[in-house]
Amino acid sequence: MFFTYLGRELRRRRKQAIVVAFGLALGIGLVVTVSAASAGVKTAQTKVLHSLYGVGTDMSVTESASAGTGGPTRFRFGGSTGTRPKAGTKFSRNNLTPTPGEATFASSTAADISKLKGVSAVTGGLALNDSNISGTFGSFGFGSGGFGSASSSSSSGSPPPVSLSSFSVAGVQPTSTGVGLLTASEITSGRYFTSADSTEAVAVVASSYATQHSLKVGSTVDVAGKSLKVVGIADMPSGSTTDAFIPLGEAQKLAGLSGKISTVYVSVSSASDVATVQSEVEHIFPKATVTTSADLAKEVTGSLSNAAGLATNLGKWLAIAALLVAFGIAALLMMGAVSRRVREFGTLKALGWRTRRVVGQVMGEGLTLGIVGGVVGIGLGFAGSALVAGFAPTLSATVGSSAATSGGFGGGRAFTGGSFPGGGSRPGGFARPAASLSHPVLVHLTAPVQMGSLGLAIGLAVAGGIIAGSLGAWQAARLGPAAALRKVG
Amino acid sequence: MYELTDVSKRFDGSGRGVIALEHVNLTVAEGELLAVQGPTGQGKTTLLQLLGGLDRPSAGSVLFEGRDLGKLNENDLSDLRARAFGFVFQTFNLIPTLTAQENVEVALVPLHVGNKERRSRAVRALEEVDLGERATHLPAELSGGQQQRVAIARALVKDPKVLLADEPTGNLDEEMRDDIISLLEGLWRDRGLTLVVVTHDSVVAKRAARVALIRKGHLTIRDRAPAGR
Repeated sequence: MFFTYLGRELRRRRKQAIVVAFGLALGIGLVVTVSAASAGVKTAQTKVLHSLYGVGTDMSVTESASAGTGGPTRFRFGGSTGTRPKAGTKFSRNNLTPTPGEATFASSTAADISKLKGVSAVTGGLALNDSNISGTFGSFGFGSGGFGSASSSSSSGSPPPVSLSSFSVAGVQPTSTGVGLLTASEITSGRYFTSADSTEAVAVVASSYATQHSLKVGSTVDVAGKSLKVVGIADMPSGSTTDAFIPLGEAQKLAGLSGKISTVYVSVSSASDVATVQSEVEHIFPKATVTTSADLAKEVTGSLSNAAGLATNLGKWLAIAALLVAFGIAALLMMGAVSRRVREFGTLKALGWRTRRVVGQVMGEGLTLGIVGGVVGIGLGFAGSALVAGFAPTLSATVGSSAATSGGFGGGRAFTGGSFPGGGSRPGGFARPAASLSHPVLVHLTAPVQMGSLGLAIGLAVAGGIIAGSLGAWQAARLGPAAALRKVG
Repeated sequence: MYELTDVSKRFDGSGRGVIALEHVNLTVAEGELLAVQGPTGQGKTTLLQLLGGLDRPSAGSVLFEGRDLGKLNENDLSDLRARAFGFVFQTFNLIPTLTAQENVEVALVPLHVGNKERRSRAVRALEEVDLGERATHLPAELSGGQQQRVAIARALVKDPKVLLADEPTGNLDEEMRDDIISLLEGLWRDRGLTLVVVTHDSVVAKRAARVALIRKGHLTIRDRAPAGR
């Protein structure tokens, strides 16, 4: 009888029921869409951060190079200072050095951090820059051209040509921990490293670098003048600046930095542990620069940042306003409907129906409208999310220089100049800072509907139905049977 | 069955109270047919509502089988209405979205009667008022007389002790009025019900053994020759 009565009553007030359900559906659809857009923005932010930061990383630990250390890359061409090689002599030199601005420190630091409470995974990395210069000595040293910012450049004609190139190399743990610059999940061709690769001459190259240099699994890539076999191709996110990954042990050996790393990538057990772990790390390593993903996210600017602001501010309030309006309309319509049924409820009470049963009947109607509104709203939410994903422009993100340089995220490329025996120093000959600084990272905004938001939608729908039903039911319950019958009498 | 002692009912509202009943004393015997008459707005319906536990007196007591209806809590009153009292209203008060049979079944819902038994009892009640063939019709598809028959079936389906009818023929034409009066009288006679009928209709009042006259809230009893069952 409950469902028969409920169904017939809703059918009798079909237009009103449709208005109530559709109002709730619009509000709920907006919540689902905004949640999906928000999730899309977060995913985009994660992609941006990932490209700079590494998969699954909650914080990175680096150490800034102290003043007076590091300095420009120096190529040694033999002979003592002041002795100029003969004109026409060909040369080619490689140099594998830590990323400028970053200090290296003992790899045992990673092990120490892994022992901290709240830390779930840790991996050490060594960010390096492989630079190569080749050409022919002229009568008066190097020609003046060719020091551009491109990864490879040359000058032709007189003076003699000089070719310069550089690419970034990262030493990574051969056993994937699910955290760091490269994880097994990013390998699209070939394989990730194994523990047997620790000191093997093998490499994984980024797909963009592989395409640029026609590399595939089985090819070789030269790092510090040594040929390494490509065992895998990794699809790195847009904005990633690392070209080649090699086992950490091999990287340390080639760079002459045995037992050294430049970054520790840390994953914590829960978001609430981030601050505690950060504090602990800073306590036991006072010289460390600890950068959390939140720190980095604050440095993100550009349309992605604007979209994030839009989703969290305007979108959220719009959804809340729409929901409140929908709830209000639903409640008013329910109360209006109940006020026209006072005689009916008075009759039911005269027949012995308890107030609780009458209230349950009215609330059942409200709840049904809420559920219908929720289902339709979820459908609208999916449609809205598809529209957002389909029509949203590609967003760009630029990371502020403070984060990019102070954090020392892997992949920063720099080739700050050369110093040549007898030729003097040429500071600023060419520089290629972190790609994120010079080229904004482009990300396509998606709007994936989250299971959580579906749960929220159902919850809101039920709440909306109950609120609307409760107000109507309260109106139905507060009158005694005689008063209800008198209302129409 | 009923014993009303010094019953008054006052409605407080919009600053000025209205006295609907004042110092009413009345007894109603089991199986009696009592007609309540009087001008409009003089307290007839209020008296019926007090007898049916739909309202509480402002003063005095309304005893039904020894229980003071004014002192029962709302749930107990609901249970009593569900089991002991059957109501018939002038405007029928059928639920417009439910069929005739479903309207009758509504009266059995608070008694927690199972679906199957509920349906069969509703059908039997409709057959008793000669509406078996109209069980699946909505109220809007029935004439006024037929709707009142459905309302009577709804009142009787739970086998009440008392049938309280408020102007049952007020909305009917003469032919239908006689039809409904005959039906109510027949049911009263056959079932041994206590029947209290509020009516303007002298034809109805003539069938009652006693007539309660209400004027300005005061009740007087006029005995007539007892109506035979």
